[in-house]
Amino acid sequence: MLNTETNIAAPDEFYEALLAIHQDLTPDQARAVDARLILLLSNHIGDMAVLRQAMARARQGIEPAGHDATIAARA
Amino acid sequence: MHIDYQLLRFEYQRSPDQSAAQVAHHPVVVVGAGPVGLATAIDLAQSGLRVLLLDDDRCLSHGSRAICFAKRTLEIFDRLGCGDRMVEKGVTWNLGRVFHRDEPVYSFDLLPEGGHHRPAFINLQQYYVEGFLLDRARSLPNIEIRWGNKVAALDAREDGVELTVETPEGDYRILADYVVAADGARSPIRRAMGLESKGRTFRDRFLIADVRMKADFPAERWFWFDPPFHPNQSVLLHSQPDGVWRIDFQLGWDADPEEEKRPERVIPRVRALLGRDAEFELEWVSVYTFSCLRMERFRHGRVIFAGDAAHGVSPFGARGANSGIQDAENLAWKLALVLRGAAPDSLLDSYDAERVAAADENILNSTRSTDFITPKNESSRAFRDAVLELAKDCAFARRMVNSGRLSLPSTYRASPLNTPDSDVFDAPMVPGAPALDAPLGDDWLLRRLGGGFTLLHFGASAPTMPETVPAIRVVNLSTEEDAGGVAAARYDARPGTTYLLRPDQHVCARWRRFDPQDVRAALDRATGRA
Repeated sequence: MLNTETNIAAPDEFYEALLAIHQDLTPDQARAVDARLILLLSNHIGDMAVLRQAMARARQGIEPAGHDATIAARA
Repeated sequence: MHIDYQLLRFEYQRSPDQSAAQVAHHPVVVVGAGPVGLATAIDLAQSGLRVLLLDDDRCLSHGSRAICFAKRTLEIFDRLGCGDRMVEKGVTWNLGRVFHRDEPVYSFDLLPEGGHHRPAFINLQQYYVEGFLLDRARSLPNIEIRWGNKVAALDAREDGVELTVETPEGDYRILADYVVAADGARSPIRRAMGLESKGRTFRDRFLIADVRMKADFPAERWFWFDPPFHPNQSVLLHSQPDGVWRIDFQLGWDADPEEEKRPERVIPRVRALLGRDAEFELEWVSVYTFSCLRMERFRHGRVIFAGDAAHGVSPFGARGANSGIQDAENLAWKLALVLRGAAPDSLLDSYDAERVAAADENILNSTRSTDFITPKNESSRAFRDAVLELAKDCAFARRMVNSGRLSLPSTYRASPLNTPDSDVFDAPMVPGAPALDAPLGDDWLLRRLGGGFTLLHFGASAPTMPETVPAIRVVNLSTEEDAGGVAAARYDARPGTTYLLRPDQHVCARWRRFDPQDVRAALDRATGRA
């Protein structure tokens, strides 16, 4: 079960650290950092059910406005 | 003697069917003499049926095309009587290595345990595979192959299929009880019946350059992401017999396929990998895009689709030809039983259920690999690059590096032919799983099993089969024969443990104790009679 109650003892300190690792980065560099962070944390959590809940909450309310590079195939 | 199977040309010969007063009847017509059609024809013929194999061409595969043949496929080739030739000629390999830029990040051993007759993979050009299958087919008197015979139209009726066949001497008609359409990705039969294969195409292009050279790379699968010699793209290097190497360069969607095939474009790419002074000859060059797709159903009455005609995957994972051979094997025994009147026609529906599920498994694995190799948006590229970067020092990320998850046979977990376990087993060979091999002195378990329904019994002596059970083969394994205990361990066997195996060597039932009533019920179920 995804814990959405306060679980970090010092929230302000965490938030500051999170911003600090992105300081002076271009959007591409920041995306690289975020991707690594998500992978590291996801592996640490390990529980697929919790991960799926977190993914669903993260995606909530966002309507796709882009398009993936695949094409419908018919043969 | 060396035969260049690519150069063989087969003669069109007039058949008596073309001037018969009455339309000739054939129990089964296989369309397409590629690996899948040939394997189907051999399997059917080995069970005693008369088979007509039609091919619109007069030659075998041009170019190496499919080169990786998996352990399970080799075991099927063993049963079809041509496994030894394939393995003798092929390059055996078990190890894959993945590099990011010029650093090794991950390696995998596809067969980490011993005690298997066949290796995880051999690499062998498709024209050899077809050539060896063809040699075997020609040694069977009940297979007739008609080259230069193209199916121009077919009328699939409830009582049979009427085929109109086009030849250099004009059209003729034949009647078939069943038609196996193994006529490839563009399947003219699929089109003629107004059917479709649907899925998605990935926006990327790849260049295959098969080169002939003397090189001292090991017989391993090497895959680079973003190597210095081909920046931002991936490259695959793989060994084939006769000093031929498969090099596969990712080009990106914007590459011009015609332009990229020209030697003056290909040679510098190869030199970038091999070094400026490398000496090599281009053997075969092809530029391709790929799709993951399948037909909604593989069985349409008396016409049954197999191999690329029924489904398609990207090449990373070697799941195309290998799954097609498994289609052939799954279909052949069922068709043989139905044609002999030993099983109802509805048994063929289980081909559809089992192989559609297998195709979905292959498509899933292939799509995941392709999403890793060809990121489909900026985020997937960022995650891919993050996985590769973390893989240097984080073990968890190495397991996410996906350069292709290589073909494994499907377990038909949900098959209606399975008898669910009533006893407790601690072995992965659940009903629906392919039987595992094990060493038996100088022999091998799968070789002993052969084809046909087989009862594998572990104990001092074979159980006596009462007459109420239809005649099936019994293979008894005593602890003396299974001296190393490998078979017992793989099958979680104790004295009395009994497995019922289908003709395609998949488990359909297992018990702790032999009971003829159970065997009979399981056999009925596995042949669609229950």
